[in-house]
Amino acid sequence: MDLAFTAAEEEFRLKVRSWIAEAMPPHIADKARDGRHFGMEEVMEWHRILDGQGWAAPHWPEEHGGPGFTATQRFIFQEETEAAGAPGLSPFGLVMVGPLIQRFGTDAQKARFLPKILAGEEVWCQGYSEPNAGSDLAALRTEAIDAGDHFVVTGQKTWTTYAQYADWIFCLVRTSTEGKKQAGISFLLIDLKTPGVEVKPFQTLGNTPAFCDTYFEGAKVPKENLLGPLNGGWTLAKALLGHERTLVSAVGATARTLATARRIASGQVGDDGRPLLEDAHWEGRIARLEARLQAHRMTVYRALAEQQKGKHPGPESSILKLVGSELVQRADELCMELMGHDALSWHNPEGVVPPYEQNVGPQFAYNRATTIYAGSNEIQKNIIAKLILGMPKA
Amino acid sequence: MDFDRSEDQKLLAKTVADFAKKESTVERFRKLRNADGEGFERSTWKQMAELGWLSVPFAEELGGFGGSSVDVGLVLEELGKSLVPEPYLASVVLAGAAIRLAGSVEQQAELLEPLLEGDQVLALAYAERGARYATSRLSTTAEADGSGWVIRGEKVFVLAGHAAERFVVSAEVAGEPGLFVVDADAAGVERATVGLIDGRRGANLRFDGARARMRLEAAPAAEVLEHVMDLAAAAAVAEGVGVCHAMLQMTVEYLKTREQFGAKIGSFQALQHRAVDMFVEMELLRSIALEAVGRADATGEGKAARQAAISAAKLQLATGGAFIARQAIQLHGGIGVTDEHDVGLYFKRLHALMSLFGDEAFHARRYAQLQRG
Repeated sequence: MDLAFTAAEEEFRLKVRSWIAEAMPPHIADKARDGRHFGMEEVMEWHRILDGQGWAAPHWPEEHGGPGFTATQRFIFQEETEAAGAPGLSPFGLVMVGPLIQRFGTDAQKARFLPKILAGEEVWCQGYSEPNAGSDLAALRTEAIDAGDHFVVTGQKTWTTYAQYADWIFCLVRTSTEGKKQAGISFLLIDLKTPGVEVKPFQTLGNTPAFCDTYFEGAKVPKENLLGPLNGGWTLAKALLGHERTLVSAVGATARTLATARRIASGQVGDDGRPLLEDAHWEGRIARLEARLQAHRMTVYRALAEQQKGKHPGPESSILKLVGSELVQRADELCMELMGHDALSWHNPEGVVPPYEQNVGPQFAYNRATTIYAGSNEIQKNIIAKLILGMPKA
Repeated sequence: MDFDRSEDQKLLAKTVADFAKKESTVERFRKLRNADGEGFERSTWKQMAELGWLSVPFAEELGGFGGSSVDVGLVLEELGKSLVPEPYLASVVLAGAAIRLAGSVEQQAELLEPLLEGDQVLALAYAERGARYATSRLSTTAEADGSGWVIRGEKVFVLAGHAAERFVVSAEVAGEPGLFVVDADAAGVERATVGLIDGRRGANLRFDGARARMRLEAAPAAEVLEHVMDLAAAAAVAEGVGVCHAMLQMTVEYLKTREQFGAKIGSFQALQHRAVDMFVEMELLRSIALEAVGRADATGEGKAARQAAISAAKLQLATGGAFIARQAIQLHGGIGVTDEHDVGLYFKRLHALMSLFGDEAFHARRYAQLQRG
């Protein structure tokens, strides 16, 4: 056993850290310092800066323009960018559909889509969930009817995060009603400018417009936009869900929130007139979460070490999603408690609360979604019970 | 022991419940939240006055109903069920109690009349930046000036402060807290409306040599403020009972109707047990809320029991109540994290109530001190 990163890995970490410090423009760095919310323009600006360095897609293989990082380097990179508070890039193209196109796409699809995803020229969103297909995703009903050289798509997708900024959407659609419900699903790439497609943003609990409903009314989608085999979409969907789970371990994000907690605890004064951080109660509350985060971080490292040996992430990735999402929420809850009366503040102009408290409330509210999205935590527990513990069926 | 409500109390609760159901649904709150303006309606405030609800805790000699905190609690529980946005907690409980406990009979008569008529909104400006829940550590000051008093300092997150015609302001005078009444339109009063997590509004206030209309000094202000915070905490728990009740109800209903995997999701044992855990927390909250409002008016020998009950209740709101709120969102799944669904509005109101009048840490500490004797 060796708990240390190799010297080369540590060197890599320092290289990433100093590059970020230099490359991040001041207006982004200001917001990053206080954990403020980034608008889509800032996200895309950061995307292009990373792309200039060849780091926009750290997990892409070199043949498609990736930097050729190892699994550990990828994690270090993610940890450093999250710890720096850098804008999180839109994952739908880079992390989700990009790798699927690399694995299942035709040469023409690869050439058409991948370079524009990498350069941030085309933004993607995800069309999976429907009003009646959430945890039970395979119950989806948006249909794509074969009309010769194209499909005609009709239905509604929901939780299409950031669809209002996107150019393309990847969708699971029903192409057959025969056999098991999973067997009649296909994976379609749809241009959001297609006539008959309409995007309607709605607000989240954080009162920020992050989600959309996306409606399809007889939208014509060319057949060359089918990714993978007809009625083979479920295999692609499963490949993607496993991927999403390692994404949401959120180690860096939680580390940042806990750093914010320390700042709040230094700034807020208790009833005895001393900063909360000097109060054993609050210091202990923060330390407990930091310690749990460390246990979570080491669990992620163990999974990484396995991946480094060439093993694919298995059902164990459900643990990362489960623990990671709950830690995100507990860190947010702690910040809210630390803020006292400031926790009442909601989208106020600057100056009402200190800048590092400004986004805490909306983030706390919005992050209630972390235990729901990417496979709800109840579903993750089902996976662990069934696939790891081997529990009998009811 | 008898936990039953009297006939009068049943009638009061029913009247408020009927009003909330028919005239002030969550939809009404949502519209007012989304619109410019005060976030509530003066006509409804007037209507509440006419129905007698604004008079509940005040003495009959002053035109009040002569009720207790139990009566205030049952009004707020019903208002909480549909998130009625009128500033009952801010005006009747907070500012009202400060006037009631610290004002002379003449002062009470003068200040309460426009409140009881529904012509004014009153607010208590007690919170300061960096003072957390200690109401007696003040940086706002009052200085004697001729026959009157001049106030200097800042107050934050003043509930209903954006709308109030008058403020009751806590300010330090000769090393002790004092309570002063300042008109909102007095020279030297600046107010900035602030948005609150629960979709309501409040204000940050700056007093720059503002003249007070009067000083309330029929009782020591430090003790009054401590009691007012207890009354408000008990009232917040009572409202929290209504808020949590609504969340539990809508969640159980959702589990019974939402279908996934070809079944009602309420048929899954894991979710049944979660709903049961919520129900258990709800019952504990109801029980301790009854003790809290039942002891809230006690002073003298009853003070320690009052404080213990209220701290226990506020703790249950911060633990059990928060559990109900968070699981209500979780069990609604994706729809629960949209602004469109009502469950999130209740979730946020509950979190506002948690941050006010002492949080979990404050009340755990106070409870521990009381146990030490």
